[in-house]
Amino acid sequence: MTETRTLKANDADFWTVGSNIEDTKAPKGVPIERKWSEHKAHVRLVNPANRRKLTIIVVGTGLAGGAAAATLGEAGYNVLNFCYQDSPRRAHSIAAQGGINAAKNYKNDNDSTFRLFYDTVKGGDYRARETNVYRLAEVSANIIDQCVAQGVPFAREYGGLLDNRSFGGVQVQRTFYARGQTGQQLLIGAYQSLERQVAAGTVQMHTRHEMLELIVKDGRARGIVTRDMVTGAIEAWTGDAVVIATGGYGNVFFLSTNAMGCNNTAAWRCHRKGAYFANPCYTQIHPTCIPVHGSSQSKLTLMSESLRNDGRIWVPKRAEDCEKDPRQIPEEDRDYYLERIYPAFGNLVPRDIASRQAKNVCDEGRGVGPKVEEVDHHTGQTVRRARGVYLDFADAINRLGKKAVEAKYGNLFDMYAQITGENPYETPMRIYPAVHYTMGGIWVDYDLMTTIPGLYAAGEANFSDHGANRLGASALMQGLADGYWVLPNTINDYLADAPFGKLADDDPAVVEALASVRDRIDRLLSIDGTRTVDDFHRALGVIMWEYCGMERTEEGLKFAIGEIRKLRDEFWRNVKVTGVNEDFNQTLERAGRVADFLELGELMCVDALHRRESCGGHFRAESQTEDGEALRHDDEFLYVGAWEFGGTGGKPILHKEPLVYEAIELKQRSYK
Amino acid sequence: MIINLRVWRQPNAQTPGKMVAYRVEGVSEDMSFLEMLDLLNEDLTVRGEEPVAFDSDCREGICGMCGVVINGSAHGRASSHGDVPTTTCQLHMRSFADGATIDVEPWRAGSFPVIKDLVVDRSAFDRIISAGGFISINAGSAPEAHSVPVPKLQADRAFDAATCIGCGACVAACPNGSAMLFTSAKITHLAMLPQGQPERYLRVKNMVAQHDAEGFGGCTNIGECADVCPKQIPLDAISQLNRDLLKSLFKGEGKTA
Repeated sequence: MTETRTLKANDADFWTVGSNIEDTKAPKGVPIERKWSEHKAHVRLVNPANRRKLTIIVVGTGLAGGAAAATLGEAGYNVLNFCYQDSPRRAHSIAAQGGINAAKNYKNDNDSTFRLFYDTVKGGDYRARETNVYRLAEVSANIIDQCVAQGVPFAREYGGLLDNRSFGGVQVQRTFYARGQTGQQLLIGAYQSLERQVAAGTVQMHTRHEMLELIVKDGRARGIVTRDMVTGAIEAWTGDAVVIATGGYGNVFFLSTNAMGCNNTAAWRCHRKGAYFANPCYTQIHPTCIPVHGSSQSKLTLMSESLRNDGRIWVPKRAEDCEKDPRQIPEEDRDYYLERIYPAFGNLVPRDIASRQAKNVCDEGRGVGPKVEEVDHHTGQTVRRARGVYLDFADAINRLGKKAVEAKYGNLFDMYAQITGENPYETPMRIYPAVHYTMGGIWVDYDLMTTIPGLYAAGEANFSDHGANRLGASALMQGLADGYWVLPNTINDYLADAPFGKLADDDPAVVEALASVRDRIDRLLSIDGTRTVDDFHRALGVIMWEYCGMERTEEGLKFAIGEIRKLRDEFWRNVKVTGVNEDFNQTLERAGRVADFLELGELMCVDALHRRESCGGHFRAESQTEDGEALRHDDEFLYVGAWEFGGTGGKPILHKEPLVYEAIELKQRSYK
Repeated sequence: MIINLRVWRQPNAQTPGKMVAYRVEGVSEDMSFLEMLDLLNEDLTVRGEEPVAFDSDCREGICGMCGVVINGSAHGRASSHGDVPTTTCQLHMRSFADGATIDVEPWRAGSFPVIKDLVVDRSAFDRIISAGGFISINAGSAPEAHSVPVPKLQADRAFDAATCIGCGACVAACPNGSAMLFTSAKITHLAMLPQGQPERYLRVKNMVAQHDAEGFGGCTNIGECADVCPKQIPLDAISQLNRDLLKSLFKGEGKTA
């Protein structure tokens, strides 16, 4: 304890504490099930004739951004929509496999809005805001209606009605799905609605445009600065409100299941301009991904966790067996560690637990597959370790037959075979956890408005609904809920005061934003160092993964912060960015993103450092039960940690939003 | 592995391009094709040369952003060669021999102008969708999802067509530079569903008109498109489009555009 206290004395070196904040928008004194309808009944409106005079800037075209842009266009607003890809249809929502939850209760198994709400709060380890989550559950059923009407080809039964499956360890079947491509089909639905609005002239689409700055005038978000990724043109776009729907920040880890282009720059630029960033340490690490094969790997591929329904996870009991052919290792020499530690849930424990135990057995030297270079947590030395565990279908194939296994998992087995060149019907799959989703994000109130008036954040980019851990099939639900139902009903309240007057091209706020973008690009291009952007990114990823990944410690996080600062310093002295701005320059694009990740990474570590408890995806080694399970400290940490930017080189300022649970009783999770 | 590449380099649409040879060392067979290009680019950057521009995003074969012509084949694998077609990001170096020489070119089609090196402009696809590839439904006005049952076989056929990722390999493979497989995939997807019926014949007219206006060629049933389609959209989608287009001529609904 003495040691902990000594370390605590240094907190002020890393952050300062500001005043508490709270959401003031959710109606008070109304039962939770009536809050949303009550709120909608009382927010101010914008007359349809006036909407076309107002401009809303939407950044991002995934489920949240695409749905919001389309819906705001349908409402008659003038929408400017931006994405960095060559088409809005490419946003990374497209890669979601599993499904989307909705409280339809089509299976007659006692599902309800309340149950979906409860499961989501519990799954988030009681670190989400109750009012927002209830609304999410409430609108979930509307999403399915909307998507079916758009022509989304959900799985159906022979009677022609929609099929459901269970997902993510919950006890009801509420997940709607479209084979293993649910995200793709939902996104194409939103994309088609968006293109319809493009044709109608309400949405102006700008592809291959990257947002690099936010324009704030008189305390209101009034526009953005973008770089045209084809010509390099730096342009300012102004309007009456700005919506950030740019996804999560998982790529801070370099290797993740995110797309190559996923980045946090838009959100980070907003943070630097005054938007609080909440719970950045909450990251979700998904247990069933294809392991890293070598140092030139660019990204990781997830395989649906439905595989854990029939596959058994194991490693050899003895480290010396790890390089043997797994089929030659007899039963008694195998350690089915999840079944051993968690007899009740076995291989179906929640994502964070399955991930952490895989790490533990590999730390012990019992991992399998190719060895990869990494930094040892304790010594700081570079070592080579195998990072993989077996996911074995031999029992399932014996029990069900190869045909049945193929029918259930054929596409996943094919994908695995294609990527690894191994046949999973014959030899066990190898899996390892990978960064998959980030629960933290820009702080928003009940209206999804950030701490900057007129700036909204939707989907994975905000922090609001998943607490410290997200349940399966909830990301798609949240993105579409925010885009189709929440934002279009809350943004009017703010825009009722608009228009805020046109910003002139030479307005100081516009000029300043443009100049800061140009300066930064000039600086990146002028360094002409010796180390590539990817090399810096990879180095940052190694630090984040080792010290701010599946297990965090006081000592490790402090060390990581020092390492990140050194790396950032070197980046601005020694990065090599080839080419010029006035060109299609992918190196320059990546350099700007990595520069921002180098700042975000530090904030993630500070947040993880300050949260001296384990909850959801955040496991602090100092806070565990006697048998090694996560231990929450509701007495000290029952709040959202919202960080205010403390200036370049300054300390971030922590604002706490106390979490109040009126509809749900707090409980400690247990899966034993 | 050592790989000898010949890569199309072109600074922009206005400047003529040419094939340039590179030798890539230290390639592992577990790398994807794009990771091999990453390796080349790291090397070029360190040497102070301009890296090769190419598009990619999800690298899981679903976003449709990547795509180059590899040894004359769009995405590098064709059914007619006994392979399962895939996206470029899902092609791995174990498919190539050590020391192999590989030609890498952008999608070649008049309607896909080169932006730089291996990157092309496929915005014509968005405009085809914008011309009618949707069901007109505003958020808030949808009926209960179960109010209209959809027979499973129709739903499955709609799904098969809806798997199109809009990568453009079909256009790159077609000797006519036709985008009929892409266009017909959307036509078929929506034509199979009850929700798609009200706009069915107007949709096909408008989308085909836009397809032609973009300068894509006509379909002469060669089948090169389906041969390389990473999602294996079948040629009969084009037959569906043709049937619907023919019927639309008797429906008396004019073009909206």
